Parts: sequence; C-alpha cells; structure tokens
Amino acid sequence: MNALEILFYALSAFTIVSAIMVLISKNPIHSVLWLILVFFAISGHYILLNAQFLAIVNIIVYAGAIMVLFLFVIMLMNVKKDKEPQKQLLVKLIGVIAGGSFLTLLIALVKQNTSFDRSSVLLKEGTIGLIHPLGKALFTDFVVPFEISSVLFLSAMVGAVIIGKK
Amino acid sequence: MTLLAFDWAYVIEKLILIIIIVLTTLLITLYTTFGERKVAAILQDRPGPNRAGPFGLLQPLADGLKLIMKEEIIPTAASKWLFILGPGLAMTASLMTCAVIPWSTEVHLFGRTIALQVADVNIGILYIFAVVSMGVYGIMIGGWASNNKFSLMSALRAASQAISYEIAMGLALIALLMTTGTLSLKTIVEDQVAGHWWNVVYQPLGFLIFFICAMAECNRTPFDLPEAENELNFGYHQEYSSMKLGFYLFAEYVNMIMSSAIMASMYFGGYDLPFFDESTVAPNIAAMIGIGTLLIKIVLFVFLFMWIRWTIPRFRYDQLMNLGWKKMIPLALLNMLITGALILSKL
Repeated sequence: MNALEILFYALSAFTIVSAIMVLISKNPIHSVLWLILVFFAISGHYILLNAQFLAIVNIIVYAGAIMVLFLFVIMLMNVKKDKEPQKQLLVKLIGVIAGGSFLTLLIALVKQNTSFDRSSVLLKEGTIGLIHPLGKALFTDFVVPFEISSVLFLSAMVGAVIIGKK
Repeated sequence: MTLLAFDWAYVIEKLILIIIIVLTTLLITLYTTFGERKVAAILQDRPGPNRAGPFGLLQPLADGLKLIMKEEIIPTAASKWLFILGPGLAMTASLMTCAVIPWSTEVHLFGRTIALQVADVNIGILYIFAVVSMGVYGIMIGGWASNNKFSLMSALRAASQAISYEIAMGLALIALLMTTGTLSLKTIVEDQVAGHWWNVVYQPLGFLIFFICAMAECNRTPFDLPEAENELNFGYHQEYSSMKLGFYLFAEYVNMIMSSAIMASMYFGGYDLPFFDESTVAPNIAAMIGIGTLLIKIVLFVFLFMWIRWTIPRFRYDQLMNLGWKKMIPLALLNMLITGALILSKL
C-alpha cells in the first residue's frame, strides 16, 4: 500500500458513504448537498486516474451548474416530508425486490469477470484525460460522433427555448 | 516507510507559501474595506473614517473587533448546520482561487528554487471556473438555511445572476485561450512577459466582457441585486450576525481582489513590469519587483471597482438579465468568432 492507494480507498469510502447519505437523507436539500459531495469525490477519482480535464469539467458542469438547478427547483417547490404522498407497503416491497435482484446481478457479473481478480488499482496512468490528447482524439478519431452530439445539444437548446416561450 | 517517502521540504515549502498568501490576502482585504470607505468619502466630498489611529488607519481593526464581539444569533427556525456552513463555504470558495495565481517568478532561498505559485496545474483557468461556480453554494445554502423569504429570494437572485454571467465570462475566456493556446496561468503570464504586448491588446473586447462579468460575479454595484436593500431588506445574509455576517461581507472583498489578480494575470501581464528587463537584476530582487507590480495592478483594479460602485446606480433585475443574456453572451460569441477568423487568417 502506498500513499496513492490509501488515497484511493479513502476516496472510495467517502464516495460510497456520501452516495448512501443521498438516499437516506430525509430532507431533499440535504440529499442534493450530499450528491454534490459525491461529484467532488468522483472528480478526485478522475484526478487519481490522471484525467484532470475530466475532473474539473465534472465539477464545473455537474457540481457547478446542474446541481445549482436542482437546488433551485427544490427550494422553490419547498418539498416537505409530510406533504409527500406515502407509498404503499406493496410498492415498497416490489422496489426492494427489484433493487435487490439488480444488486445481485451486478455482484454476480463482477464475480464472474476474472479480469477484476485481485488486480491492483491503476493510478496515475494514461494521458487520455489530459486536455491536449483529449482534444486531439475528439477532433480526429471521434470527430463524427462528437459533431453529432453537438447537434443533439443544439436541438435540446432549441427545445428548451420553445418550451420557455410558451 | 514508502508511505512517508514524500519530499517533505517541498510540502513544508508549499504549506508556508499557502499560509503567507492566505494571510496576506486577508490583510489586504481588511484594508480594502477601509479603502472602500475612503474612496466613497472622496467621491462624495467628505472626510470618511478618520478617528481611529492616524488617518483612521486602525478603523478596519476596530470594525473586525466589533464584528467578532457581537452576539451570535442562529434563528430557531434555521437549519443550524447549513446556516453555519454557508458563510464558511463562501469564504473558502473565494480564498481557493489564489492557489493558481502566479504571484511572481521564482525566489532562491536556502539553496532551493521556490516558485511563487501554489499549484501550476495545466487546467488553471478551468480550476478558477470551478471555484467560481462553487461560490454560488455559499450564498444559496446560507439564504435557504436562514428560513426567511427575503433571504431565499435574494439567494435565488444571486445564483441566477452568477450562472447567467458565468456563461459570458467563459465565452470571453475561450477567445483568450484561443490566442494563448494554454490553460496554465503561469504560461499565459510568461508568454506576456516574453512577448511584446499584453493580452489586453489582442483581446480588448474580451477583457471588457470579462471585467463586467467579474463585477457581476462579485455582486458589486451596479450588479448588487442580491443585496438590494429597498426590495429585499438586506439580502441573503439578512439573518446573519456577528462574524458569520463578517465572513459574507469579507468574501465579497476577497472575491474582488481575486478577480483583480486574475484579470491582471490574464490580460495585463501579471507580474510583468513594463519597460523593465528583469534579467538585469538578481533573481530574488526581480521576484520582489514582480510581486510589487502585481499588487499595484490589483490595487488599481480594486480602485476601478470602487469607483464604479460609487458612481453608477443599481440595475433593475430585468435589465440585469437582459444585459447578461441578450448583450453579453452575443457580444462574447462575436468576440470568439472574430478571434477565430483572425487566427485562421494568420495560419
């Protein structure tokens, strides 16, 4: 275990704890704030993987913009626990069974895949997450999917404007 | 023992640098509040604070002491932890920016070469952006946790203002990045030192847009709508008292200093003293001259902020939004197009 690995495990534990807190927080605002912490922790993972550009863009876009909008909506709607419709027992049971089966499936997949076996954590390797290689890759090898996704964004923007004008 | 195999001298060096920078920033901030009152006094033709100490120089200390000694009130209906977290976040976010600002060239001390920049990351400008977008949370959390209508309204105003002006700011920066070709602030400053002109010559429109957006991001007049007294009582910090209020007010001044430092570094040559060849003096002296130059540039920008604040009245909220979305963003896009065309024609 070197310092990087300790950092990795501490960060992973932090991510998982924050993610659990998102689910079990009673107050939706607290959930959103925990979710912001999750994004920060994930950005930390990106930095450990030598993907600094990805890390910082993750913070700007998710933690900085999208989560602010989440907070906006929740603050304005003023969601309170007692006003929320209570779910029936049957619905809860179905949810637990469905979620549990999905979890089992995921664990089985990880167990079956031998490439995960006792492999050490890959840290500080690769350069694709740095800004120069990433830009080169996006504008040479993947230029068509990149441009198509920008058209998708444009149509989403036009759609938002049209809905906003109504 | 591989666990502790760091370069410990490096860690200590960085720690000392961080402490010095943060303390200096706070000290300058303290005197910026004094400067603000003096500038206001000069513009309004009155003497200003002149009682505490010679020329009133001890006034900021008295103000700080007053804020600390006041009773701390947390409203019973407030969400306590978030109420405390709000001002802390605002202050942290504004101080975090100073990590990537290159304060000067290197100094040589005790046989070591110490770069006067905490972190030269290759994503420096994006880092500043991330920190700026974090600053919104301090205001939003504080405004919501106060459990007061006016605080919440003002927090929402502040957040939507910040988000709107961040876009134009980013677009203005993209044009700058197209000319410099790097995201590292250190390289940007070094290119300006080595080159003939500062970046403001290549990006005059970009600088203007950036300056206006920086003013909006710092919640300074004419963009101080989150604090509009006559509509919202006092703003998002209405329920705050004592040093928690002080943190919010201080964070605004720290933001102002940091954005001045960023503007000086990106558009006005950073620590570059014009018409002076740094290589003719010893490196340590050159570094000191660099720090002094950057500080003077920062003070000039801060003075410009204050001058504007005490000259121009506040916008109405719809005017602010119109300016942000319908004028700043198209202008920034135009600036980007022109820059792109010029770069293309030079190739």
